[in-house]
Amino acid sequence: MANDPMSQFKIEKIVDLPKVGGIDLSFTNSALYMVIGVVLVIAFFLPTMKRQLVPGRMQSLGELSYEFIANMVRDTTGPEAMKFFPFVFCIFFFVLIAGLVGMFPYAFTTTSHIAVTGAMALFTIAIVIVAGIWKNGFKWFKIFAPSGLPILMYFIIIPIEIISFLSRPITLAVRLFANMMAGHVMLKLFAIFAAYLVGKGGIMLGAAILPIVGTMALIALEFLVAGLQAFVFAILTCVYLNDVYHVDH
Amino acid sequence: MEAEALKYVGAGLAGTALIGAGIGIGNIFASYLSGALRNPSAAASQRTNLLLGFALCEATGLFGFVLAIIILNS
Repeated sequence: MANDPMSQFKIEKIVDLPKVGGIDLSFTNSALYMVIGVVLVIAFFLPTMKRQLVPGRMQSLGELSYEFIANMVRDTTGPEAMKFFPFVFCIFFFVLIAGLVGMFPYAFTTTSHIAVTGAMALFTIAIVIVAGIWKNGFKWFKIFAPSGLPILMYFIIIPIEIISFLSRPITLAVRLFANMMAGHVMLKLFAIFAAYLVGKGGIMLGAAILPIVGTMALIALEFLVAGLQAFVFAILTCVYLNDVYHVDH
Repeated sequence: MEAEALKYVGAGLAGTALIGAGIGIGNIFASYLSGALRNPSAAASQRTNLLLGFALCEATGLFGFVLAIIILNS
């Protein structure tokens, strides 16, 4: 059981709650780590809200992270999209903290489940559709038909555009989920291999140095991936929000 | 061959997605390096695009991995 690289993704109930309308509302370890992540984000931003004129250390960190996301939204989507800044900010920090918390030994990575990433991706696309129709009316559907093409081309372009739009939530969800899961499976495999070699003893003990060094390198890579995937998720959200404001592209 | 055996063959074939991902990641960093050496002053501003391209490219390889997992667990 402990030697199975997939057992780290097992969801266990911590507090049993009754079913409501056929949906199990039990408090699981996944939910627990989501709560831990949110609490950590809030604990990070509370000391940064002192609002001094000359920022201290924590306030500088808060302002840096604010500026980072604000510049990302402004550069990719435009200043009018700053209405969606809180959404992008939340998405970025939730994905980032979920990845970082998941790197602790024995911790659970919430974003390594497609149910979690899928919900976030569907919500993102739903916001794009609702905000697009809210703002542009039914003219919004012109994003599927770029202007300035010969009439015959529209028969090919419109299905391609619709398929590419519909595949966005799938790729957005699977990208994050696959990165997190593949990284943690790889990490576990290397660690199991090192433990196996140490268990053999003798000459194998010396060979165990290779997977141990490999595990250390992988941990560094996984921290990079956690940050990078949060960044990619946020910037792709900005790119998709582009469709709300720039219908004639 | 039995269907069970073909399942493992299919899972192995899904791993070939890594060929494309490997070529793509190599291409991205090679292009970035050659561009950065020609115009070092513009290199820093393109680093976010580099990381974005790297992550998008890496994801295509991981889609193959997910496919392999789905095939093995079906």
